[in-house]
Amino acid sequence: MNAKAIVITSGKGGVGKTTTTANVGASLAQLGEKVLVIDTDVGLRNLDVVMGLEGRVVYDLIDVFEGRCRLKQAIIRDKRVENLHLLAASQTRDKSALSEERMRETVRLVLEEEEFDRVLIDSPAGIESGFQTAASAAGGGLVVVNPEVSSVRDADRIIGLLEAREIREIRLIINRLRPDMVKRGDMLEVDDILEILGVKLIGIVPEDEKIIVSTNLGNPISLGESSRSGSGQAFRNIARRMKGEDIPHASFEGSSGLLSGIRRLFGGR
Amino acid sequence: MFGGLFGKPKSKDKVKERLKLVLSYDRAKLSPGKMEELKNELLDVIAKYFPPEQGEQGLEDFDVKLEQHGDRMVLVADLPVQR
Repeated sequence: MNAKAIVITSGKGGVGKTTTTANVGASLAQLGEKVLVIDTDVGLRNLDVVMGLEGRVVYDLIDVFEGRCRLKQAIIRDKRVENLHLLAASQTRDKSALSEERMRETVRLVLEEEEFDRVLIDSPAGIESGFQTAASAAGGGLVVVNPEVSSVRDADRIIGLLEAREIREIRLIINRLRPDMVKRGDMLEVDDILEILGVKLIGIVPEDEKIIVSTNLGNPISLGESSRSGSGQAFRNIARRMKGEDIPHASFEGSSGLLSGIRRLFGGR
Repeated sequence: MFGGLFGKPKSKDKVKERLKLVLSYDRAKLSPGKMEELKNELLDVIAKYFPPEQGEQGLEDFDVKLEQHGDRMVLVADLPVQR
């Protein structure tokens, strides 16, 4: 992706925006980019705990907006991964403290003065001011969707709103796919979602218990020992594709293909 | 594709169909109820120009729907005027 500032969004809550931000951010940093992840969910901040950096937050995004600290002071450097940095949201304020103008200015300074290569902006759920502020500074968007009806509908709405903001570089992450359910025909498959939403795919992340474990520990899964796991690998591949590498998508095909149909005719699965 | 012939219908086909329908209304910013009103008003207009003949039922085959054509949403009215 050419965009340096990218909003991670979904419309619906609980689909994995924050986990995606943490893991894609960590993976990009491991690939050598100087990365800042910004939490814009003011009042409901979580990127800090998902990344295991909650103990190090002193200043936050709203402190920067309101001049209580310098930008440099609010940027937390992750000691485990070189190049990975966090700018936390404020937990004690609400969305009214956000400002599109300040957001754009902050992101501009991060890229131009602090010389970051990439800024990932974790958007709150919803389509209101929190999302709008997060999107206002972005040149690209990663839309996270789960293979279920309400998430796909909300993703469609969010894609429309990103397009209305002239954000052209929009890529889809299908998160929490369950290959067993896809095989049974009880879950939307990748091609169905792409056909419905009409945007380009950048990654498929399988449902993975290890995500819960790594989040319990405050370690992005793409970093830790479980880095060979399905979801960790999927996040690392997303980062590589963002950098222009051509990596084929893992196949989680369903039962509607000709081959599996024939197989089923002969009593197989 | 084989699901319908050789097995029970798959829930993912159902959800895909439902999603396509609801998104066509969402994208056109039109509620299904408004669509029904539109259809009825169109029917009144069309009946002025194609009055049902004696003994005929009228325009019960009339169908109005939204269809996605590439990246455009199109309102399609399907009306057989002669049987």
